[in-house]
Amino acid sequence: MTASTAAIPARRALVRSGVDRRRSFVDRVMRGLSLLAAITCVIPLAAIVAFVTVRGIAAVNLDLLTRPPKALGVGGGAVAAILGSLQLVGVATLMAVPVGILAGVYVNEFSSRRSARLIRFCADVLVGVPSILVGVFVFTFLVLPFKQFNAFAGAVALAVIMVPVVMRTTEEILKLVPGTLREASLSLGVPVWRTVLSVVIPTGLAGILTGVMLAVARAAGETAPLLFTALGSRLVNVGDFSRAMDALPLFIYVNARQPYEALNDQAWGAAFLLLVFVLAINILVRYRTWGRRAG
Amino acid sequence: MTTIAKPGRDLAHGRAQLSDRLFRGVSGIGALIVIVILIALGVMLTLSSTQAFSTFGIVDFVTGLTWDPVADIYGALPYVVGTLLSSAIALVIATPIALLTAIYLAELAPSRVALPLTFLIELIAAIPSVVIGLWGVFILTPVLKSTIESFFVTTLGDTIPVFAGPPLGIGLFAAGVILAIMILPTIVSVSREVISSVPMAQREAMYALGATRWEVVTKAVLPSARSGIAGAIILGLGRALGETMAVTMVIGNAQAIPTSVFGQAQTIASKIATTFNEASVGIQTSSLIALGLILLVITIALNVVARLLVWRVAGAVAAE
Repeated sequence: MTASTAAIPARRALVRSGVDRRRSFVDRVMRGLSLLAAITCVIPLAAIVAFVTVRGIAAVNLDLLTRPPKALGVGGGAVAAILGSLQLVGVATLMAVPVGILAGVYVNEFSSRRSARLIRFCADVLVGVPSILVGVFVFTFLVLPFKQFNAFAGAVALAVIMVPVVMRTTEEILKLVPGTLREASLSLGVPVWRTVLSVVIPTGLAGILTGVMLAVARAAGETAPLLFTALGSRLVNVGDFSRAMDALPLFIYVNARQPYEALNDQAWGAAFLLLVFVLAINILVRYRTWGRRAG
Repeated sequence: MTTIAKPGRDLAHGRAQLSDRLFRGVSGIGALIVIVILIALGVMLTLSSTQAFSTFGIVDFVTGLTWDPVADIYGALPYVVGTLLSSAIALVIATPIALLTAIYLAELAPSRVALPLTFLIELIAAIPSVVIGLWGVFILTPVLKSTIESFFVTTLGDTIPVFAGPPLGIGLFAAGVILAIMILPTIVSVSREVISSVPMAQREAMYALGATRWEVVTKAVLPSARSGIAGAIILGLGRALGETMAVTMVIGNAQAIPTSVFGQAQTIASKIATTFNEASVGIQTSSLIALGLILLVITIALNVVARLLVWRVAGAVAAE
């Protein structure tokens, strides 16, 4: 054997000892499992979207979009729920957005570090409160005293869920507005309130709108807070917030439990409408934020 | 950016204009409302549940087995157990999958795969709970019944009582699977962030010693991220405990403590969801709200602990 041919098998033995082979085997298996887990995570999403789309599109028709449910038995549509959802979420947005934005502005522009931490903590805890308990909470002071389920209570419950979401996104976005912009404005003699309203907030407006849209999407899909507040209704209710009102999630919940296949189909149709709305907002919003992050 | 003072913070000390102080006050009201909502929520639930707690006593209420509206005797144990069991099943299923996924996204995947995958997984969190419930009732539970459930019941059902049949589809196990799906995005995205925040130098040092990628992950990355990952799992648990609609639709709404994982059960949230409106105002409503208060205390405690744990990893790294 010459020296050169002996060197190669020796090196191979060094790299490919039993321990090494085991290590690289474990490495490869675990990396494969990780990929498999990641794929597993996406399967439920695909399955849910696929089934809701297939069964939902089959159930969406003119009746579903234009008719209220029949008082008895099978038939009718979801128009009471569609109009109800629009009103409930609309009024909730009107209540939650000013509060959320003001709170975000206060935390980022005015508060001391300690009170900012306290307010942020409260908002985070509020996000973690199970939404059904928000419904129970609103029930105790807006339904119980009046002995009447009402849409206003439903809107308040949704607003309670939206406020911390709007506040946290507003705050995160305002943090990104450069301090030099504020200083430039102040050095021109502009008072702080004008600086915030016409320099800081407009700079972060796109981001704040993102937060508002995400909060709207979340509120539109919430069922539990409405169970004991807006209650749901078979009647079309436009504008009367002192009475019960239907909403798409409630409509889905109620019809899914009915023993009639036609009503189950209506639940699928309504679920499709709701899913399209919620996913469209989320995809749009995230696509925009990602574009900005990349660019 | 952090070195530049926010002008508004000095308002309290300097001589601010009236309009500025007014604006500060108005925005302060917004912040105050957030605090007031949280306090009011706790206070109202506590006040409304005092009747139940004073009638039965806190310990007897929590450990009581009967829920009898006719005799007006209320005990929370079956629902507390149902809540804990369904969430436990969810954690057992979700944790390994979520952790491996987080590792894949943070450490292994090229960014053109990781970015869209992260996006899709986070999208699961956006799906309304009631839509997942609808899918659970009509699509998932029949599949579970004829595959996993009947497999375990026929192979292990006779020897291990926990897997005893009949496989019903609707029940505790289905609720656990649904919850696992719903908490996956929480655990994945928080752990992914925690793992990404581990300093690069730690990985490079390990690579320099000739470690494989997996050894780097398990020996150089995960030990530093451990408490943050625990926080992510606890956040997921908090979400699972309070989840209402999807669970209500698939758990079967039975009143007793289930003896098998495939049995039917009830969680605190699903108990409230299904019976609150029919409850007569008084001791029954008060007992239901007392159930809610137990849930509130557990979820808030878990959230606080989880945030502290996550902050310990992500915050400490950010501070370096």
